[in-house]
Amino acid sequence: MNINEVFRISWEAILKNKVRSLLTMLGIIIGVAAVIVMIAISSGTEATISDQITSLGTNLIFVSTAFTRMGPGVDTSVQLVLSDATAIADNISGVTSVVVEQDASETVKAGSVSLSSTSITGASPDFLTVRDLTVANGRFFTAEDVTNKKKVVVLGSTLATELFGTADPTGQTILIYNTRVTVIGVLAEKGTVGEVDYDTRAYIPISLMLQKFAISPFAKIKGDMIRMVYVQVDPKANMDNVILQIQILLAKRHNVTLASDSFTITTQQDVIATQESTTSAFRSLLAWVAGVSLVVGGIGIMNIMLVSVTERTREIGLRQSVGATPNDIRWQFLTEALLMSLVGGLIGAAAGVGGAWVFGFASSMRTVIVPSSILLAFASAAAVGAFFGFYPANQAAQLDPIDALRHE
Amino acid sequence: MSTNHTIIATTDLTKIYGMGDASVVALDHVSLEVQAGELVAIMGPSGSGKSTLMNILGCLSTPTSGQYILDGEDVSHLDKVQLASIRNTKLGYIFQSYNLLARTSALRNVILPLVYDRSHKHPREKWEGLARDMLEKVGLGDRMDHQPQELSGGQQQRVAIARALITNPVLIIADEPTGNLDSHSGEEIMKLLHTLHLQGATIVIVTHDPIVAQYTERVIHLKDGQVDLVIHNEKYHLKESVAA
Repeated sequence: MNINEVFRISWEAILKNKVRSLLTMLGIIIGVAAVIVMIAISSGTEATISDQITSLGTNLIFVSTAFTRMGPGVDTSVQLVLSDATAIADNISGVTSVVVEQDASETVKAGSVSLSSTSITGASPDFLTVRDLTVANGRFFTAEDVTNKKKVVVLGSTLATELFGTADPTGQTILIYNTRVTVIGVLAEKGTVGEVDYDTRAYIPISLMLQKFAISPFAKIKGDMIRMVYVQVDPKANMDNVILQIQILLAKRHNVTLASDSFTITTQQDVIATQESTTSAFRSLLAWVAGVSLVVGGIGIMNIMLVSVTERTREIGLRQSVGATPNDIRWQFLTEALLMSLVGGLIGAAAGVGGAWVFGFASSMRTVIVPSSILLAFASAAAVGAFFGFYPANQAAQLDPIDALRHE
Repeated sequence: MSTNHTIIATTDLTKIYGMGDASVVALDHVSLEVQAGELVAIMGPSGSGKSTLMNILGCLSTPTSGQYILDGEDVSHLDKVQLASIRNTKLGYIFQSYNLLARTSALRNVILPLVYDRSHKHPREKWEGLARDMLEKVGLGDRMDHQPQELSGGQQQRVAIARALITNPVLIIADEPTGNLDSHSGEEIMKLLHTLHLQGATIVIVTHDPIVAQYTERVIHLKDGQVDLVIHNEKYHLKESVAA
């Protein structure tokens, strides 16, 4: 039988029952649209995360103390201290800048407002560049402020609103525990990046932090303990080489072996890789859920095709009587199922792309339409149609012409 | 068309349904011949085996034993695919309930058998012209684009006849062609079949209606699966002279 005729017959059959065909396709439409929207959402999330991480500055190495062996009897003297940062800056080639950070949690008071357990970050002035933050109002502290241990503070945007409402906080003073500091600036909104909310924090010079708030109760520490050193590396320098140099330097300074793993050194790439593995697991989960709905759609097609075969038994008998072979009948119904899933796939793809776009537009979530996801959804729709169309088509092909003609 | 050419020749055609004690002999050693150009009726009460005979003559099923030679070809033991091909090239059917495709134009209905033509006797672009010729032949030249639900019973049966004719079959099998029609429309259909017969077509009509049988040359009566009686119709000649 002519292939054009097969398509013509199947297409006419679909058009003859427009509403039913559409309802049959609905499962496939929803399945395909779901696959595309789900993948668009998870890719959007992934893109947002990697953008945020990249926005933390490029070619960045994070050095911190490995807190794997805290507790009684453990030598707590192997801790990252302020002089380590200076040593890294002075001795290692390829390092463009070094930023230190130490955190504390204190009660912050402004007038009658009192906020307990507020995160305070002590940092050097380059913190602003390294973490890609901008000042909305006023200024950030300078190297001079750090050297002079000036009692100044820069507020995150949320914290500023909580303490001062709509009033301008610059020039006002606040109390951090029992130290009075002057607000010199407010940061622009940044949001939460890597589980750190930059908007609810207060930022003070690292020297002030070490003097007032970060005095460890375990007083044996040599020098001023810091939580993290950010090392910005020249893009032309060899990252692995810089990391190795830092490891050797720290081991030498703290008199430990290289293999002791006392310090954790990670790069931007490591962080991105970790995030990507989390989101890709999330994405494949979503894809599976969407895939299940495709299978359900396929079962819907099989159902309707079986009904259709029963309903059109006489037509099948007639076609057989004028010369249709079992294969002709099989192809007719298989093509019909295939066409229905392909048309459903097409509508679903359009709905999915449109849905992802509208979703990205209307909600705060970002969506990225992945072209390969459209192809994937489309191919699965075709496979589903062929698979679930086969059984009804076979049933039709095996009908006896006499019984089929006599069917009421 | 030559008149001394044998279209149907059966020898001891037997059909048994079921197995063992439950078996039913539907056809019992039926031997008959139909020559080219003949208009023959097969009659008999229900259960006489006339439907079974029609199904075998129409290549819709095969006999349990015996031989069936259709147009010089032994079709007694063909498989499903071969039977389908014979039905397509050599046979035309007319059913009691017309069996037209719903919501499909008369033209497309008539074209249907050509869709399954493996020999590609007619190129695709000629199909429509051929179908138009057939519809004109049965007097429906002005109803080509009408769908079955827009046509009367008689008109629908004419479409079915045009469909049966389009492959130029050696044998036309009509199963109670007037069974669903009023007497006037029935008469029209019989006149049409009679005209086709006069033009040389070989037609076998299965019926229980004596009036239909009057239009035929020969009536084969079946009873309990056997040929009971063959009547050469006297009145037939009268009808022929009227028609001529």
